[in-house]
Amino acid sequence: MGSGILVVCEHENGAPKKTAYELLSKARELSSTLGGGISAVVVGTGDAADLGEYGATTVYTADGADFASGSTGARVSALAAAIEAAQPAVVIGSACAQTRESFPRLAARIGAGMASDCTDLKVDGGAVIARRPMYAGKAFAEVAISSSVALYTVRPNSFPGAAPSGGSAAVSPLQVTVSGADMAAKVVGIEEPKSEIVDLTEANRIVSGGRPVDSSDNFDSLIRPLGIALGATVGASRAAVDAGYAPHNEQVGQTGKVVNPSLYVACAISGAIQHLAGMRTSRVIVAINKNPEAPIFQHATYGIVGDIFEVVPKLTEEAKKQGIGA
Amino acid sequence: MKVGVCIKRVPGTDSRITIADPASGPALGDVSWEVNPYDSFAIEAALQLQEAGTASDVVVFTVCGADGDAKIRDALAMGKKGKSGASKAVRLDDAAFAGSDALGIARILAAAVKKEGVDIVFAGKQAIDGDSSQVPAMMAEVLGWPSVCEVTDLEVSASGVKAWRQAGGGKREVVELPTPCVVTADKGLNTPRYPTLPGIMMAKRKPIEVLDAAAIGVDPSTVGSAASSVTFTNWSPPAARPPGRILEGETDAVVTELITLLRDEAKVL
Repeated sequence: MGSGILVVCEHENGAPKKTAYELLSKARELSSTLGGGISAVVVGTGDAADLGEYGATTVYTADGADFASGSTGARVSALAAAIEAAQPAVVIGSACAQTRESFPRLAARIGAGMASDCTDLKVDGGAVIARRPMYAGKAFAEVAISSSVALYTVRPNSFPGAAPSGGSAAVSPLQVTVSGADMAAKVVGIEEPKSEIVDLTEANRIVSGGRPVDSSDNFDSLIRPLGIALGATVGASRAAVDAGYAPHNEQVGQTGKVVNPSLYVACAISGAIQHLAGMRTSRVIVAINKNPEAPIFQHATYGIVGDIFEVVPKLTEEAKKQGIGA
Repeated sequence: MKVGVCIKRVPGTDSRITIADPASGPALGDVSWEVNPYDSFAIEAALQLQEAGTASDVVVFTVCGADGDAKIRDALAMGKKGKSGASKAVRLDDAAFAGSDALGIARILAAAVKKEGVDIVFAGKQAIDGDSSQVPAMMAEVLGWPSVCEVTDLEVSASGVKAWRQAGGGKREVVELPTPCVVTADKGLNTPRYPTLPGIMMAKRKPIEVLDAAAIGVDPSTVGSAASSVTFTNWSPPAARPPGRILEGETDAVVTELITLLRDEAKVL
């Protein structure tokens, strides 16, 4: 039985992602009752950055072409080596593209239990208990894991990032054997997006449009400008996506992205149960809808009963004037 | 090339989920079941390979009791007469399987897939009940096969699979892998067809093989509740949101008030 917490830290463009700091902050809080200390691991870089200042006493690194290539197999072997070195009781990572395939494979490789997409972690009776949405957030459950190492992925924006504690970490490069089987699936190319956008699942602000937006041209002239003015990522309802007004990867809801932003602005979205399932954990919900009976208003923090074609341009103008998205 | 598709029946997206008891979880007696929507993309991908002549046979796999047969028939009913459609389903059913966690289910499916001898296994990226998104990748690891998850575009040839997946930040990664392998489908991969009447009639006559732990060579101590390390407790409905506020007045004043509230009261801008 191991002890302590190993935090899997994601990085992008040479720096740890915001989720790394969110997870380290939570690890510090858990660690005060759980004990055993905190270590971190980064895969694909040898740079431990400032993770030591946020509570990690050791940062394990797996540097080299195989790890930087995006290969799931190489990443699994690196994480298994980090677990072997750190002997943690708990491993936490962000619920993101990098963990979605690698964490289940890691769990199967080391025979560990896993809970995905958790929204809270606590210590109870000397063990970590996770809380997570089920049925796309129509229900919640607590998850206990009895294997000697327990794996958790946590939804972005679930925890605030704390201030640095002023510590420092020992950097420990991992010796990882990457097998031929690990590299059987190879990332042979990366297609860049047309514009730089924050992923919906990680976005802190989201503006979404529903079917009454009525065309992809209106999405471009009405919804996307509000997104830019608010510094928000654009999403869409299932009906809008199925009608072809927005691409599949912008769908929010039970069969689309489940999102967790601070601000969610729903434009002409009625609030069907499968849509609510994808966004109900948003901290603040704004609903703009001309039907005062729309179910979305029961979930909205602020509501405006009105036509999006009148309200949204004015909202965009006001947000621009106040320099919100700048 | 033989293709397998793993499916699961789940409460439909329109279902309301009510908690019967915090210890035991949701009451599912009244929900309408459907084939997991993401699994429909997986079935469609398999049928398209069959119609292109790349796949010679399609077999559906699922872990459930006889009450799941109706949804298995829905999956078997997809296809074009004389051209495509799964030839049979394999239903993994044994008292020893009850209470399996994701790794247990992955072990059961892996054993069945191995016994059947398939070259590619398709599955949905997640089942919309537990939303864990763990079983397919775990199954690949148990099999020692490569995998690619959450695929939105796909090319399959005799030599292997080329797949496109979302990589965060709007990027798409292009992944190449040899067979045998596991591929999970995201929305956008294709548009699943509706079953046709001839398809539904044909599906009634297709075999559903029921296999137990012994038949697929699974050690019962590695699956089921005995081997499960994951326990769900303290179920609850989502927390009620505090009542909201409708902003009223002229549009110009209302949007200004909204921005002010978001910035100064909610502090989200």
